[in-house]
Amino acid sequence: MTIAVLLKQVPDTTAKITVSGGRVDESAVGKWSMSPYDEYALEYALQLKESGGGDLVAITCGPARASKMLTDAAAVGADSLVHVVSDDSGIDSSNTQSLLASAVQRIGAEVVLCGKQAADTNAGSTGPGVASILGFTCVGMVSEVSAEGGGFVAMRTSPSGNEKVSVSKPCLFTFDKAATEMRRPNVRGIMMAKKKAVETLTPADLGVTIDSPRVTLESHSAPAEKPPGQKFEGAESVPTVVSKLRDEANVI
Amino acid sequence: MEVTIIAETTGDALHPVTAQLVGAACSMGGAPTVICPGGIGTSEASTISGVVKVISAEGDCFGTFDSGAWADALSPLCEGVVMTSSSAHGREVLAQIAAIRDIPIVQDATGLESGIKVTRPIYSGKAIETSVVSPPCAISIRQNAFESPGSDGSSDISTVNNSSDIGVAVKEALAKASERLDVGEADIIISGGRGMGDPSNFSHLYEIADIVGAAVGASRAAVDTWDEIPHDMQVGQTGKTVNPSLYIAVGISGAIQHLAGMRSSKYIVAINKDADAPIFGVADYGIVSTWEEALPSLKEEFGKL
Ligand SMILES: Cc1cc2nc3c(=O)[nH]c(=O)nc-3n(C[C@H](O)[C@H](O)[C@H](O)COP(=O)(O)OP(=O)(O)OC[C@H]3O[C@@H](n4cnc5c(N)ncnc54)[C@H](O)[C@@H]3O)c2cc1C
Repeated sequence: MTIAVLLKQVPDTTAKITVSGGRVDESAVGKWSMSPYDEYALEYALQLKESGGGDLVAITCGPARASKMLTDAAAVGADSLVHVVSDDSGIDSSNTQSLLASAVQRIGAEVVLCGKQAADTNAGSTGPGVASILGFTCVGMVSEVSAEGGGFVAMRTSPSGNEKVSVSKPCLFTFDKAATEMRRPNVRGIMMAKKKAVETLTPADLGVTIDSPRVTLESHSAPAEKPPGQKFEGAESVPTVVSKLRDEANVI
Repeated sequence: MEVTIIAETTGDALHPVTAQLVGAACSMGGAPTVICPGGIGTSEASTISGVVKVISAEGDCFGTFDSGAWADALSPLCEGVVMTSSSAHGREVLAQIAAIRDIPIVQDATGLESGIKVTRPIYSGKAIETSVVSPPCAISIRQNAFESPGSDGSSDISTVNNSSDIGVAVKEALAKASERLDVGEADIIISGGRGMGDPSNFSHLYEIADIVGAAVGASRAAVDTWDEIPHDMQVGQTGKTVNPSLYIAVGISGAIQHLAGMRSSKYIVAINKDADAPIFGVADYGIVSTWEEALPSLKEEFGKL
């Protein structure tokens, strides 16, 4: 069985985001990391491979810098690495979905894992979009998955709690915060990963034509600054704050 | 401009964001049709002002949540701008409808202008993105970002039977640990962090929450450290993004990943014993105090309201 995990490199959650000239300045991002929900997807992809065998392929779609993140995935156990090289700024979500779906098809994966949304765009369209293009059953908001009787059993969040669901191949899981954090690489893993080849593919290699984006970015801007707050010393200020919440803020 | 809204439902009623979707559609000059999956909430939907018509989408597939099956069944009914809530379910169904119909998609809009100009937070609120998209397209909106219109409508309700094959089988439904209000739905949230010292001390937060009808949330450190604090209470980067009128952070330092989930709250109160805690940087009202001293007084004052 071939297992695919879709990963995205994003500014680390601690990175400061600066906007200049109406665009987020990527060159000012100090640290790039694997998107947090994708880490959970990778961990469970590794667990599926360990329990049922198979080949785990890590796929990303992004600019040249993203290749390093694939090496990080190899260091914890991804068997092969596929980098669909694209310039983020020139493509919209639909394009990304087509590219990733073609990459999944090319490697012949029957189960795909990814994060529920990326920490940069915060959109959450990629997983379900890829599932739809491929005709895979989509299970979202997953916190655990295991192989069972030729198919899979997953735990997902539902509005009323959690649901244990079963699903057969082919399928795609999008991960919420999971029950287990991603394992850390050991030295041997890191050394082996450095030697692992990254297969680089262009949209043309995948037979995908990138049309001009249908969602046109107009501008990025910094969020509105909040006026500085009021700060009080000691618990004796609680009545003052409560009366301000009632009379000034009108929220209680 | 034709707009198709897929209603958000909870149990057997409409979720309040459905009316906000109608408000958002009308604010950009749209004439919305509301589709109620599984026929839930149709009569309530028909009373929302501005709704042109209501479609009761009936079919066996709506008994279980399977976004692919729902999208297959709903997609043929969609015209123009397709809209959902940016809830987990809303996003998932919308992304699949957009893929089926081959239309562009923008998720989690917090502002809409005719044109269609869409504003949305990115990088967990560290920047704002403005983009332009033309119908037909798909847009999901953030809960509480748009006004609900009145309820003096009386649009027609028609029924369509359209099902699709379900690929997801629910083997077991596990109810939430408590029947308490969810942080994602609350207008007032009081959250505790590692500074609460022990999970049993969250009882002070529950008591206060009960007085003002608030939900109780938590930081990731609290959720990860204490089994008694479930993940569905977590606010932040890898938890819920909340948008309440009032957010009270108790014993929470204000790490950037926590702020990612709550900084857009209308008013923020922080109670922390460390005057230099970063949470005070986003607080409208900061109280430098231990919770042991501040919470009894907060409970008393709220009780007097
Ligand atoms: C990828 C990633 C994702 C993350 N996602 C999230 C997320 O979704 N949500 C989240 O919250 N965090 C998240 N984090 C973790 C985040 O970085 C912080 O570690 C976490 O928010 C800290 O929680 P805290 O404020 O409760 O604990 P601490 O940082 O330990 O702060 C405790 C605070 O309590 C105060 N305190 C102590 N005793 C008292 C007392 N008696 N009375 C009053 N105050 C007191 C202290 O002064 C301190 O400020 C994430 C981190 C990463 C790397």
